[in-house]
Amino acid sequence: MISMETIVLKGRGVVKGRAMGEALVSPKPISFYGDVDPESGVIVARDHPLKGASIAGKVLIFPRGRGSTVGSYIIYRLKKSGKAPAAIVNEETEPIIAAGCVVAEIPLVDRLDRSPIKAVSTGDLVEVDGYHGIVKVIRKEA
Amino acid sequence: MYLTKEEERALSGEYGAALQKAYEILVALGEVMDAERLVPIKSAQIAGVSYKNIGDAGLELLNDFASMGAKVKALSTLNPAGMDLERWREMGIEEKFARKQLEIIQAFRRMGVRTTCTCTPYLIGNKPEFGSHVAWSESSAVAFANSILGARTNREGGISALAAAVAGKTPLMGFHLPENRAPKIEVQVKVVVDSVMKASLLGYVVGELSSGEVPLVKGRICASIECLKAFSAAAATSGGLALFHIEGVTAEALKRKKITTTHKERVQVDEEEIRQCLERLSARGEVDLVAIGCPHCTLEEILELARALKGRRVRRDCRFWVFTSREVYSKAAEKGYVKIIEEAGGMVFSDTCMVVAPLDSLGIKRVATNSAKAAHYVPSTIGAEAVLTETTSCIEMALG
Repeated sequence: MISMETIVLKGRGVVKGRAMGEALVSPKPISFYGDVDPESGVIVARDHPLKGASIAGKVLIFPRGRGSTVGSYIIYRLKKSGKAPAAIVNEETEPIIAAGCVVAEIPLVDRLDRSPIKAVSTGDLVEVDGYHGIVKVIRKEA
Repeated sequence: MYLTKEEERALSGEYGAALQKAYEILVALGEVMDAERLVPIKSAQIAGVSYKNIGDAGLELLNDFASMGAKVKALSTLNPAGMDLERWREMGIEEKFARKQLEIIQAFRRMGVRTTCTCTPYLIGNKPEFGSHVAWSESSAVAFANSILGARTNREGGISALAAAVAGKTPLMGFHLPENRAPKIEVQVKVVVDSVMKASLLGYVVGELSSGEVPLVKGRICASIECLKAFSAAAATSGGLALFHIEGVTAEALKRKKITTTHKERVQVDEEEIRQCLERLSARGEVDLVAIGCPHCTLEEILELARALKGRRVRRDCRFWVFTSREVYSKAAEKGYVKIIEEAGGMVFSDTCMVVAPLDSLGIKRVATNSAKAAHYVPSTIGAEAVLTETTSCIEMALG
C-alpha cells in the first residue's frame, strides 16, 4: 500500500549536494573499512543485519560511522567505481564518514528532528538535501 | 563555523580546486565536531601511507588530489610505508605491492610532503614547540606531541591531516582547547618502571584504565625519550589516548607548579595489573622473528642492540629485524651500528615497521618484541603470536 503523505525530517547539512534514491536502513553503525566491499558496494560484515545488501545508489541511513579512518578512502573508492550510496543520513555523524563524503561528493545530513532509522524504512523513496539538511520521504514502502 | 573572508574565498574555489577541497574537508569536520573556527598549524604528520592499509582507494584519492594541484603549506612529514622503500626485496615484499607503494610515496612528494616515512617525526626535525597547534595523525605520535612536547593536536586521520597540511589550518576544537587538556582521572603507579618494555606495558594498562579520559599518572616512571615514546604508543593503542600527563615528566605537568585532576576518580596500578596485562598480550615459546622498533628506534636504541649483538650470531631459523626512520638509519650506518647488527645476522630497515608491512605472507609463527603496541597488532596484521618481553630477552631469544 502506498501512502501519499510526505514525511519531512529537518536537521544539519554536513556535506552539500542533492540526491534521490531508495532507502537502505541499518540499525547498526557501519565501518566502511571492513563492513563494505570497496569493489562491489555490498555489505560483507558477517554479523551485520544488512549483510549481502548493496549500498550502490541507495540513500544509506545508519546511526553513525565507526572503525578505521581508512573508511574515508573506501567511500571515495566506491564513488569512483560507481558503487557509492547516492546520499548518507546519520543520526550523528563523525569525521570518518564526513571526510569520506566530502572527497567523494556524497550529500550527508545528520542531527534530524526525528530518528531517521525509525522514520524511514528500507525501500522508501527518499530525497536528501545536503545544502539545507532536509530528508524527505517521497514514497513509503508498504 | 566562523570563517575569515580569506577562508571563505578559499572555500568558494577562488584559489583553485585543491585548496577548495581541503577547506571543504576541514569545514565539514569542524561543523561535525562543533568547532568555532580554524586555527593555523605549525606542522602536519600524515598517516594513511601503507598500501596495505589504504589500498587502491587511497592511492587513487592521493593521485587525484595531487593532480588537482594540492600543495602543502605547513611542514608536513609522513607516516611509515608498507616497506623499506629501497630494500623491499630483502623484506620479501612482492613487486606489485612495491610498485603501488612507490606510487603512493610519489603522490605525497608531488604535494610537497617530506616523505620521511616514520612514526617518530619528533626525532627527525618535526618537533613542534610547547603550546603550538599541529595536525597530526599516527596515534603514537599524537600522544607524544600532546603529552611530551605539550603541542596541541587532535587524533587526525590521514585525510584530515592532509587537508590541514594543504590549508595550513585545522578546526579549533578538542585538544586544541586548554579546557579539554586538564587531567580527569588520577592513576597511581605502584610499580617501578625502569625499561622500555615496562613503560610500554604500563602505557597499555593506563590506556585501558583511563576509559577515554585524560589521565594524570603518578609514580616512578622512566623519563627517557625511548620510554616515553613506548608509553605513548601503548596508551594510544589500548585506550585511544591522545593526551596524558605524568607528574614531574610531561610538558604541561612540568610547566604548572601543581597539576591536579578535575574529577575525584583515582585508580591504582600494582604488580598484579601489570602481570595480568602481560599475560593477555604475550604468548610463550620459540620465536621465528624478533622485531624491535615500534615506534621507530632512536639512535641510542640501535646502539644498545649493536652492543648486545657484537660478535654473536642470530639463529638461522630466526629473523632479527630492527625498524627505524631513514634519517636515524643513516646515522646508525655511519657509526657502524648497522654493520654490527647485520654481521650478527640481523637487518635494519627504514620507512616501515612490523605493523604496517604486509608480512602475513612470510609464514611467521611467533614474534618477540619489546613493544606492547606491536604485541597488540601482530596477531591480526601478521597472523602470528606475540611474545612481549624485555629488549635483552628479545635478543637472547634470537640467539637461541
